[in-house]
Amino acid sequence: MDLWLCEMALAALQCAQQCAQQVRETDIDDRYGDLDARGDSDVPEIPPSSDRTPEILKKALSGLSSRWKNWWIRGILTLTMISLFFLIIYMGSFMLMLLVLGIQVKCFHEIITIGYRVYHSYDLPWFRTLSWYFLLCVNYFFYGETVADYFATFVQREEQLQFLIRYHRFISFALYLAGFCMFVLSLVKKHYRLQFYMFAWTHVTLLITVTQSHLVIQNLFEGMIWFLVPISSVICNDITAYLFGFFFGRTPLIKLSPKKTWEGFIGGFFSTVIFGFIAAYVLSKHQYFVCPVEYRSDVNSFVTECEPSELFRLQSYSLPPFLRAVLRRDTVSMYPFQIHSIALSTFASLIGPFGGFFASGFKRAFKIKDFANTIPGHGGIMDRFDCQYLMATFVHVYITSFIRGPNPSKVLQQLLVLQPEQQLNIYRTLKTHLIEKGILQPTLKA
Amino acid sequence: MSNLTAFLFVLVEASALKVLCKQCFKCIHGCEETDEAISEAAELRMEHSEDSVMVLLMRELLSGPGLDEVVLLRSEEWCSQGLLFPKESESEAKIDGETASDSESRAEAAPPPASIDDTPEVLNRALSNLSSRWKNWWVRGILTLAMIAFFFIIIYLGPMVLMMIVMCVQIKCFHEIITIGYNVYHSYDLPWFRTLSWYFLLCVNYFFYGETVTDYFFTLVQREEPLRILSKYHRFISFTLYLTGFCMFVLSLVKKHYRLQFYMFGWTHVTLLIVVTQSHLVIHNLFEGMIWFIVPISCVICNDIMAYMFGFFFGRTPLIKLSPKKTWEGFIGGFFATVVFGLLLSYVMSGYRCFVCPVEYNNDTNSFTVDCEPSDLFRLQEYNIPGVVQSIVGWKTVRMYPFQIHSIALSTFASLIGPFGGFFASGFKRAFKIKDFANTIPGHGGIMDRFDCQYLMATFVNVYIASFIRGPNPSKLIQQFLTLRPDQQLHIFNTLKSHLTDKGILTSALEDE
Repeated sequence: MDLWLCEMALAALQCAQQCAQQVRETDIDDRYGDLDARGDSDVPEIPPSSDRTPEILKKALSGLSSRWKNWWIRGILTLTMISLFFLIIYMGSFMLMLLVLGIQVKCFHEIITIGYRVYHSYDLPWFRTLSWYFLLCVNYFFYGETVADYFATFVQREEQLQFLIRYHRFISFALYLAGFCMFVLSLVKKHYRLQFYMFAWTHVTLLITVTQSHLVIQNLFEGMIWFLVPISSVICNDITAYLFGFFFGRTPLIKLSPKKTWEGFIGGFFSTVIFGFIAAYVLSKHQYFVCPVEYRSDVNSFVTECEPSELFRLQSYSLPPFLRAVLRRDTVSMYPFQIHSIALSTFASLIGPFGGFFASGFKRAFKIKDFANTIPGHGGIMDRFDCQYLMATFVHVYITSFIRGPNPSKVLQQLLVLQPEQQLNIYRTLKTHLIEKGILQPTLKA
Repeated sequence: MSNLTAFLFVLVEASALKVLCKQCFKCIHGCEETDEAISEAAELRMEHSEDSVMVLLMRELLSGPGLDEVVLLRSEEWCSQGLLFPKESESEAKIDGETASDSESRAEAAPPPASIDDTPEVLNRALSNLSSRWKNWWVRGILTLAMIAFFFIIIYLGPMVLMMIVMCVQIKCFHEIITIGYNVYHSYDLPWFRTLSWYFLLCVNYFFYGETVTDYFFTLVQREEPLRILSKYHRFISFTLYLTGFCMFVLSLVKKHYRLQFYMFGWTHVTLLIVVTQSHLVIHNLFEGMIWFIVPISCVICNDIMAYMFGFFFGRTPLIKLSPKKTWEGFIGGFFATVVFGLLLSYVMSGYRCFVCPVEYNNDTNSFTVDCEPSDLFRLQEYNIPGVVQSIVGWKTVRMYPFQIHSIALSTFASLIGPFGGFFASGFKRAFKIKDFANTIPGHGGIMDRFDCQYLMATFVNVYIASFIRGPNPSKLIQQFLTLRPDQQLHIFNTLKSHLTDKGILTSALEDE
């Protein structure tokens, strides 16, 4: 009798728990607090991702077993993406800018879609409108600032653009405020918490995707090499860490991503540094990659022509003694940029993976396998770009701290906006300073 | 007896199961039999009259409301006693729906720790005679006056103290919001959370204050060697600090709590975005001139008070579902009263240098000074009154400060858009079922409750100043200029020279000075 009672009790307990779980999942009202608090065992089913592999590939690979088929699909798509990358580089910086913008919008869309699914919010009013509206506002703000800086001469000509530039911050703020007020007015009685979550989700996504894509574009304008070398380093690190892990991997690296190994990590580090070194050497020779992107008003297009700065001129470095013996040379001529590329590659290999772990943790937290299914075999765009984001910010901070000072055209533009007396004061201060430094000769009136 | 208890337990489980089953799409075995079993067992049990939860439950089941309500009401109790789903800690109520008025929901909602009455003993004793409604009113009133007096004292003490106060308010607001997040997510037992949140606060503050210090204390910074290095590589250092926190977060992810940790990460960042950036903007406004700090804040406070008064005396039409106590009469009355108040206040304040001048750091005396020649904004000018108003007022012209025109814009924003910040905070409180952010100020709630409308205001004033009042900061420009390369400096110098010559500002006579 006791045993039977115990068994019944156990069975009833289990059923009750199962049932309770399902009740909570299907109930869409204020249960989200409980849903969240209960740990990770209660995520709703994400509809299984549809197979987007194109027909051609499927037919070609129909003969192979499924494991090799997956490997081949990944490989082919990798090569496709790399060649697409080269193609766009060839087409120029404007196309690159558009590409970055396109990727940003797609990443935003992917993350927002995940948020929607997690919170079942398709039926809430205004959400998608408001999210996209905020994306538009923030993009307007950032691109307006960029345009004002880099297209200063172009902008000075047009009257309406002048007005937009001068009051740019105010206009952006007013646009953002309109979105904020719409959000407050759209709060629906039973869905407050949900709406606040989505509001916060949207903002954090904007913070991550938009600001960093903006930094990518600023790096690009500094010179395409500052865009290419970091991105290639991250991609190279991904690939070589995978290869090293495949052939030599033994010790797991972190619980979050069980497939990563220490051997892959270290092997990837060294190969990325070498790769960055070589890529920097190859790219530093061409003016096309090295010069800051400028907009010439006479030609009405982007040009990359300049006198390469010192970073990109070959210099002789004397080798330390132990390397002399190995290489049997006394000096080596390198570009100073290659030293910087070592720093960039080191960051890409050591800290970049943390961005990948962050994304893995995110995917585990919300029980999704991939962010989306845009690229067959690889997942969504976010899956490919998760390590890049930290990299873009690092490169930007690196450039502003170590390479160059503030942007000269921006300084000039701000000078021109000041009051006449202030301009005169500054003029006098600058003149004194330049004469002191000997840059300006007192008798020279250039 | 133990068998019977176990059997009853199973039945209670099963009956709860049945309630839940109604909403499921499959029926667990035994559902149909539970009703009879329950009544039978209940009768059996009642005979023994043991004062256990089971018995109470049975009594309720038989006499009171239906099974569903009983289950819903008692589920929390069962949880705490480990009777139902023993390992869940669902202190969040399963109660559906938002309740419009706070007082009703308190009875049913799962309590976050009950709010302690912070009213000082003095007040308690003094007001012990009055009825509770008037007592609340008096407490609020006295605290309001205390806060306003405190505000005046701090203004008197000067900008440095004001800066400290802003920083403290910011830290307290951050603490309040993070505590709410913790309560909502029960995350006290997760490792590193509080450390990481406070660490991120420190990083972001370091970044912002470093930039401010570099701008305003330029000469001081250039003198000291360690400060110079810190300021030259400031962005890099801040970024490194932030990255360390980020990596610590990734390493601290614990297997079963990923989602929780990501939520808290997001929560911390959004809070930082709101609280820290806006307090930083407040300090920027302060450095522009104390009047740019005092007038907006007073307008928001005045709007709060006036809207409340107008609503109290004339309020009839509700304004928005979110805050049922707000009315259109209060809104519009508050708007006009705030504009008038702003005009008067700016008239009074524009006369004094200590409010009007930008705060500067004097290297010689090593302190803050507010001494300058007031700019055009703060000099009396004659304005012609339009014909319409002339007949009413009887004057042809009026002498005003141009700043008063700006103050109309500031007051308008404070009255029309400021309340949206309040609605946002109300929605937030309803969403997370809290009455107040915290209990710091008796009668008023937490610091966030007082400052929720101010945040939008601070950003607006900053954007307003940057767009309409002044251009970029000249000293900052010079500083940026000095870091450029010589050829860039020469290029800029020549461009500036040609620009000034074109505009006729620079003549060859001036050139030779």
